[in-house]
Amino acid sequence: MKKRIFSMLLASAMVFGLVACGSNTDTATTGDAATGGDTTEQTTAAADGSVLNIYCWNEEFKSRVTDHYPGYEATGDNEGKIGDVTVKWNITPNENNAYQNNLDENLLKQADAAANDKIDLFLVEADYALKYVDTDYTMPVADLGITEDELANQYKYTQDVMTDSNGVLKGLSWQGCPGTFIYNREAAKEVLGSDDPADVQAAVSDWNKFADTASKMQAAGYKMTATANDSYRVFSNNVSGQWVQDGKVVVDDNIKNWVEMSKKMVDAGQTGTQDLWGDDWNKGFYPDGKVFSYFGPAWLINFCMAADQEGSIANQGGWGACEGPQGFFWGGTWICAAAGTDNADLVADIMRQLTTNEDVMLDIVKKDSDFVNNKPAMEKCAEDDSYAFDVFGGQNPIAMYCAGAEKIDLSNQGAYDQGCNEEFQKAMKNYFDGNATYDEAIEQFNKAIVEKYPELTTE
Amino acid sequence: MDTMNYKASRGMNIHARRIISYVVLVILTVLCLIWFYILMINATRSHGEMTRGFTPFPSTHLIENLHNVMHGTLPIAAGMRNSIFVSVCCAILCTYFSTMTAYAVHVYDFKLKKFMATFILAVMMIPGQVTALGFLRLIDRIGMDDSLTPLIIPSIASPIVYFYMKQYMESNLPSSLIEAARIDGSNEFKTFNWICVPLMKPAIAVQAIFTFVSTWNNYFTPALVLHTDTKKTLPVLIAQLRSADFLKFDMGQVYAMIAFSIFPVIVVYLLLSKYIVGGVTAGGVKG
Amino acid sequence: MEKNNNKAVIKYNRWGYIFLIPFVVTYVIFQLIPLCSTIYNSFFENYRSGLTQIGPNFVGLENYKALLGGGELLGYLKNTLIMWVLGFVPQIFFSLLLGAWFSDPALRLKCQRFFKTVIYLPNLIMASAFAMLFFTLFSDTGPVNDILIGLGIIHQPYQFMIHVGSVRGLVAFMNFIMWFGNTTILLLAGMLGIDSSLYEAAEVDGASATQIFYRITLPLLKPILLYVMVTSLIGGLQMFDVPQILTNGNGDPMRSAMTMIMYLNKHLYSKNYGMGGALSVLLFFVTGVLSIIIFKTMNQPEKEAK
Repeated sequence: MKKRIFSMLLASAMVFGLVACGSNTDTATTGDAATGGDTTEQTTAAADGSVLNIYCWNEEFKSRVTDHYPGYEATGDNEGKIGDVTVKWNITPNENNAYQNNLDENLLKQADAAANDKIDLFLVEADYALKYVDTDYTMPVADLGITEDELANQYKYTQDVMTDSNGVLKGLSWQGCPGTFIYNREAAKEVLGSDDPADVQAAVSDWNKFADTASKMQAAGYKMTATANDSYRVFSNNVSGQWVQDGKVVVDDNIKNWVEMSKKMVDAGQTGTQDLWGDDWNKGFYPDGKVFSYFGPAWLINFCMAADQEGSIANQGGWGACEGPQGFFWGGTWICAAAGTDNADLVADIMRQLTTNEDVMLDIVKKDSDFVNNKPAMEKCAEDDSYAFDVFGGQNPIAMYCAGAEKIDLSNQGAYDQGCNEEFQKAMKNYFDGNATYDEAIEQFNKAIVEKYPELTTE
Repeated sequence: MDTMNYKASRGMNIHARRIISYVVLVILTVLCLIWFYILMINATRSHGEMTRGFTPFPSTHLIENLHNVMHGTLPIAAGMRNSIFVSVCCAILCTYFSTMTAYAVHVYDFKLKKFMATFILAVMMIPGQVTALGFLRLIDRIGMDDSLTPLIIPSIASPIVYFYMKQYMESNLPSSLIEAARIDGSNEFKTFNWICVPLMKPAIAVQAIFTFVSTWNNYFTPALVLHTDTKKTLPVLIAQLRSADFLKFDMGQVYAMIAFSIFPVIVVYLLLSKYIVGGVTAGGVKG
Repeated sequence: MEKNNNKAVIKYNRWGYIFLIPFVVTYVIFQLIPLCSTIYNSFFENYRSGLTQIGPNFVGLENYKALLGGGELLGYLKNTLIMWVLGFVPQIFFSLLLGAWFSDPALRLKCQRFFKTVIYLPNLIMASAFAMLFFTLFSDTGPVNDILIGLGIIHQPYQFMIHVGSVRGLVAFMNFIMWFGNTTILLLAGMLGIDSSLYEAAEVDGASATQIFYRITLPLLKPILLYVMVTSLIGGLQMFDVPQILTNGNGDPMRSAMTMIMYLNKHLYSKNYGMGGALSVLLFFVTGVLSIIIFKTMNQPEKEAK
């Protein structure tokens, strides 16, 4: 009986296989047609533009718009209004390319979508900006009527990264993301004898001193960093080449340095191997977490370190900041206009207000302790003690950020960075935890990359 | 009475055995329930409190956590609505049409009957995930991507529920009743709706509950089909907790959200437990 | 009577086809066509790279070669089976034990209803929520570590998520907790269905409880045990929700908790239809072969069971 069932099953599968062959070739062709037809009709701003669709991956931009864009009014959790226009927030988390996959899916459908469903504005990060900048899905900033003069005050790197291969600028940012070494003042006083930024800087000015301090911290019961991944950006920003070169994934020497240092620190118990953003990572935001330092840009402190939670270190102004062993940047969010938007004017105005309007930008600095993309304004702030950060116990780190922002170099950014960074950290976790040798971990990284990006090859 | 006589001859003292069984049962009960207890406690505590370690007593932040969850990034209320909508629709469609299919095979005698009966039995073995790829391409092509419809309609063809229904019919649907209805001039469709379905009520109730629960818990397909947050069902949103960047900064919210998606099921279960536990038994004997 | 109504019966029997339409149409559209399209796709190179579509290009058996060549698939099959067995063995053990106790009239256990309700409860919990719950409970600074340290059992938090054994163990444990109640109730029904005169006769002959269990209960339970085995194995091969969410889709450490469906999900997620198709087809065969093996071994001496 059972035998017969299985043979029937196979037989039926084969019979119907023929049927499906016929039907399936169609799928492929329709798919192609859709992608091809997309690019032809770009600026069909004919529709009424009553809905502004914004695609992003977290609450940050939403809170910036809510707090600082004149005339924005929240009407629901993921809805708002600017004048007569309804603003719809489409938020998909970043991890595992979820945001990009969702965005891709919808950009590919953009041409066929109803006017009110078309994406009007989307955000990108440096890690994968190129993927969108170099396509026709992103509208040139100039086409929105924003002139170069208006953008003169912005940091140059924020524009370089959004410039496509033909030299056309495709997106703007309101923030700059130079990173600093953020330390726990309590721990600094206890172990290093001083919480003055200059003294702490002296203790971590290069990676050797950093390692020495790590041992001292450990002796006092503190972890140097919450997880090994905290220092990853500092190394990955100072690489000598891109992740992907000629379709091949290359692990840079500086990233290997990170692996080497982190392995030592993990083995010594000076840091953990948990994921960033996780529960175990952010325990260090509270005194009981016993973590000495985090590496991060301005937005990390304000947005993530639980400044509004009672009992957190940030809430008590218990952090300090200094340059750290090496300069780096982290993140940064760029605003792009989607080709085919029916709300070009409004998108342009949002860009203008948030990225060029000095009053709005200074307000962001004051309220949100963010570092904004306006060079003269930031240099002024650096001198002005009223811009000191509460979370830093009254220290004004802006001069440090200004210096950092000048040095940011994004020439080694590529389109695959997010996937590569994510998978590399995941794979190395196995090595740090002692579940694999370095070579095995690299092998797993290669496997994961090919699964994610079948077009790439590995070493 | 008889049992008393055998007791003496047993290998082990009956009291000892009884004590052992109670101990094991209590341990298993604790293993089943402790997780929900911790969940319940932590859902009432704030993030700050949780960083200081676990305490076995509830705190006062439940309302606050729930409020945060309702107004957080993840549209949990919409998720609840979607989940209920999909599960209820599936439960109705699945049981009704499975009964109809079983009725067709059970009552009528047609040429392909044998083939159909065997065929449905055979395809019961095909894991759903195997066809997921083609399924995704298909719904993309017919424009059902990112909507709830493709999660509901396929439940019409559910070989396992059909199988259960057919087993139940064999012992509970006398063909004399159907013939009597025919003599009274009832048409076949009416006979099915007004004679067969009411008779099948117990089986339909049991399978409706099971279909509801399995749809409610389904994660694989919805995760691949749904992309827009407001259209997602609860399991997909829960899974996003594992990666949502900023929500996780408040573990109170995480616990509250898990509790929010688990406790309704527990309450419904406790109310219906008699039928559910009985239903598994009935299905087991026959399946 | 039959002869008189012959025409009418044929007319009625047409309704058999009519009533089958919803099932057949839905099945063909949502299962059969997708199944065939999956098989068809497995012979093509077809994926999305960013915003560009690559393929479909016919590549013959290349996808299969790539999948089988690395030996990874075998590894994932092994992971799946290990985690299934780790969960299934205690599951069947406790289910038989509890079933025997519940059905033993001599024991006269009280609160049976309560216990049955409780042990069945986890089966109804969303596997995804359950896995997420376990992930937070067993995190390095989570409540379980807090409690263990508080009780003085350990001094350092135990990192459940970085050890192969503990990750697999947690997955298996969750599967056990979720399914043993269901199995108990199934087996119990089978046990209660056994003719009580058999027990009485055995008891008169002086058989002990253990003997009765092995000589009478177990053999008579065989059909239902087979049912439990097969459904559990098929369910086990489809294991996805729990390890996926517990390990965030990585199956780490070193993919030791990566199941076959998780691997399939990776390909589906990155829209690699060619590889995904080939993987689906292989899964289809693996499930079929394993089911046949179980049927064969369990079914040898007796006639078939359902």
